[in-house]
Amino acid sequence: MTRRITVGPFNRVEGDLEVRLDLADGVVRSAEVTAPLYRGFEQILRGRSAMDALTLVPRICGICSVSQSMAAVAALRAAGGVRPARNGVLAANLAHAAENAADHLTHFYLFFMPDFARDAYAARRWHPEIAARFKAVQGRAAQAMLPARARLLQIMGLLAGKWPHSLAFQPGGTTCAIDLGERVQLLSIIGDFRDFLERTVFGDNLDNVLAIDSVAGLEAWRDGRGSDFAGFLGIADDLALHQLGRIALPLMSFGAYQGEDAALFAAGVLDPSSAERTSFDPAAITEDVAHAWMRETSLLPMEADTDPDADKPAGYSWCKAPRLAGGPAEVGALARQAVDGDPLIRDCLARFGPCVTTRVVARLRETARLALAMHQWARQLDLAEPFLERGERGCDGTGIGLVEAARGSLGHWIELRGDSIRRYQIIAPTSWNFSPRDRDGVPGPLEQALVGTPVGDAGARAVTIQHVVRSFDPCMVCTAH
Amino acid sequence: MDSFDILWLQGASCGGCTMAALEGGHSGWFAELKRFGINLLWHPSVSEATADEAVAIFERIASGEQRLGALVLEGAVLRGPNGSGRFNMLGGTGRSMLHWVTALAPRADYVVAAGSCAAFGGVPMAGSNPTDASGLQYAAAEAGGVLGASFRSRAGLPVINIAGCAPHPGWISETLAALALGAVDTAALDAFGRPRFFADHLAHHGCARNEYYEFKASAEELSQQGCLMEHLGCKATQAVGDCNQRGWNGSGSCTSGGYACIACTSPGFETSQGFMETAKLAGIPVGLPLDMPKAWFVALAALSKSATPKRVRANAAADHIVVPPRSDPGRRP
Repeated sequence: MTRRITVGPFNRVEGDLEVRLDLADGVVRSAEVTAPLYRGFEQILRGRSAMDALTLVPRICGICSVSQSMAAVAALRAAGGVRPARNGVLAANLAHAAENAADHLTHFYLFFMPDFARDAYAARRWHPEIAARFKAVQGRAAQAMLPARARLLQIMGLLAGKWPHSLAFQPGGTTCAIDLGERVQLLSIIGDFRDFLERTVFGDNLDNVLAIDSVAGLEAWRDGRGSDFAGFLGIADDLALHQLGRIALPLMSFGAYQGEDAALFAAGVLDPSSAERTSFDPAAITEDVAHAWMRETSLLPMEADTDPDADKPAGYSWCKAPRLAGGPAEVGALARQAVDGDPLIRDCLARFGPCVTTRVVARLRETARLALAMHQWARQLDLAEPFLERGERGCDGTGIGLVEAARGSLGHWIELRGDSIRRYQIIAPTSWNFSPRDRDGVPGPLEQALVGTPVGDAGARAVTIQHVVRSFDPCMVCTAH
Repeated sequence: MDSFDILWLQGASCGGCTMAALEGGHSGWFAELKRFGINLLWHPSVSEATADEAVAIFERIASGEQRLGALVLEGAVLRGPNGSGRFNMLGGTGRSMLHWVTALAPRADYVVAAGSCAAFGGVPMAGSNPTDASGLQYAAAEAGGVLGASFRSRAGLPVINIAGCAPHPGWISETLAALALGAVDTAALDAFGRPRFFADHLAHHGCARNEYYEFKASAEELSQQGCLMEHLGCKATQAVGDCNQRGWNGSGSCTSGGYACIACTSPGFETSQGFMETAKLAGIPVGLPLDMPKAWFVALAALSKSATPKRVRANAAADHIVVPPRSDPGRRP
C-alpha cells in the first residue's frame, strides 16, 4: 500500500523546501519537490536601467551573491561588448572562488554533517566522536570552521568591500584596485585557508590530497587519518552512502573561472554512464512550466516571461523545469569536476555513479583545487595595471551570462532596449537539480534521486532522505528567485 | 543565568542576513551566542530539528507552552497573491509565513527584524512589488506593515529593526546580546526602530575618502579614488550606519570597495533608479547632507573646489596614489 508523506520545513539548506513522498514497503516510490517561495526578481528587473541589475541580482541570494553578480556581469558584457581588465578578471575570480569555497565548507560543516550526529545513529561505533564534533550548533567542528570561514571571507573586504551583496563586480572588471600591502594580506588569507584545509579538513598536504586519483587510492589514504574528510569517508563506507541518491543524468558545467586562455574548470556535458564528454550548447537550454505555478510562455529563456499563476491546477512548485536538449541534467561540484576530468571524481563515477558520496567528495576535492588556484591568481595581479576598463553604457541587444556557482550552473538571459531591461531570465543551479516534472512527466534530478531511498518505519523522519536531499547542497532562494 | 531563547525564521529572504551573522564573533557565532546565554530554539540554516520536529517547536511557542525571548525574522513578509500569503508558504505546514509570523510575534518578548527586508520590505518591494511584500512594522517608510504601527511585543517595544542589506554581522550579534542583557529600551532605538548604537552614525563617518569629500575632489568613473557623492551615487552622507567605523569582512566597506553607499539601511532604498549615478538638479546633487542648508553646501563646495591641492585632485581621478603627500626631510612635523 502506498502512502503519501510531506517533509518540511526542510532546513539546513539555503532557504525553505518541501518534499512529498509516496512510500510503499519502506521505500520511496516517487517524489515531488516544491520550492515554496517566489519573490519575482524577473518581474522586479523589468524596465529598470541595465546597470541597476548589478544592485538587485546579488540580492537574489545571500549565499551565492557573487555568482549572481558575475552572471549579470557576463550577460551585460555579452550585450555590450565590453572587454574586462585582466586584473579585474583575476580579482573577480578570487572573490568568486572565496565565496564558492566558503559555501562548500558551510555545506559540509553546518548543513550536511550534523545529520550523522543524530540520535538515530547512536548505535554506530563512530557516533560518539562524530556527535561531539558535528552536533548542530554545539559541535566542536563549527567552532573551528566559523572563524576559518570568516577569515576566508576577508578576501571580500579587500577586493569587494563586503559580502554578501557587493557592487564591486562590473562589466569592465572590479572597482577596487589594491596595493602591495593588500596583495600581501590576500596571500596571507589564502595561506590561512590552505592551513585550515590541511590541518582540519584533510589532515594532509593539499599536494598529497590532489595526487589521489582513484577510489582505491582514497581508501588507502583514509585509513588511520584523523581528519573531517577521512571521518566522512569512514561513515560513507559504513552506511553505504554510495547507494543513496543514485541517478545517471547528464552532468553539465558552464565552465568556471576565466583564465588567460581557458577556464580553470572546463565547460561541457558528461554522460556518467559512458564517461563520454560532449560540448555544451547554450541553445539546447529550455525551461518548461507545465508543473510550475507560472503562466505558459516560450520555452526559450531569451524569449520567455515569468508571470506567476498561483492557482494553476497542475502546478506544485514555484520552480520551473530547466531542460538540456529536452531532458533534466545534474549540476554542481560533481558535474564541474567530472566534466573537467578530475581523475578521482571520474573514478568515483565509474565505481558508484552520481550519488551522495560522490557529490560530497567532489565538493571537498574542488575546495582543495581552488586553494591552489587562488594563490596563483593573487600572484598574477599586476598592481601597475588597472582593475577596471571603461565600457560604453546603454545599448540595444541581448546577452547570456553563464557562470558556475558553488551549487552548479547559473545563467542570466538579458534583453536590453536602450539603457533599460526589457527582459531578464534567470536559471539557477538548484532550478536544475530540484526541478519539478516537465510536460512529458519527466521528474527532475532530486525527484529521481529520491526514488528507491529506504526509509524503513521512520517515514518522514528517515535520515536517509535528509542525506539525499542535502547531498545536492540546494539553494532554494536561488531556485525560484 | 536563564537562557534567552530565540526563534529565527526566514520569510522572503535571500539568506544573506544569516550568512552575515555566521561571520560574527571572533570565536564564531555559536560561541558568541553562548557567551550571552542566547539559545537558538530553532534556526532554519543551522538547527538539527527538521520538518515535524521544527513545527512542534513553533506550535509550543504559539500555544504559550514555550517562552520566547525573541522572534527574529529575516526577509520580507509576502502578503500576495490577494492577501493569501501563498507566495511564501512554510514548507510542510500548509500555512504561509504571513500566518506564522502573525501567530508567533505576540508571543515574543521582543520581535527583531534582521535586515532591511524584514524591517521595511526591502528588495522584494522593488519595482511593481509583485508579491505584495512588506516589512514587519513598515512598508518602506510607511508605518504599519504586517504587524501594524501600534504593535508592541510583550516587553513593550516596537519591532527592533537591524536594518542593512545585509546588516553588519556585529549589528546582529550585538543587538541580540543587548536584548539578552535586558539593555534595550525605547531610548535605545531611533525613529525607525533601528538600534542607535549603529544608527546614530552616518555611513560617511570615517570614510577613507573623506579628504576628497572635503575638497569635493570627485571620482568621475568607478575605481577612481575620489569622492563618490558628486557623480557616482554615494548616499553615505544621508544613510545611517557605522559602516566606515568598523570593518566589513576584515577591513572593507562599500566606499572602500570602490562603489557607492546605496543607503541600504534606509526604508525604501530599493526604489532608487540608477544606483551608481548621482541624481542632480541644475548640476547639484539632489541628495545632500540632511542637516546642512543647501546654500551653504553649494557655497562651501565651490570654495573647497577652488582650494583643492594638486595632490588631491590628481589622486581623485586615479585608481591608486599617483601623487604622494609631500614629505620634507628638513621640516619637523
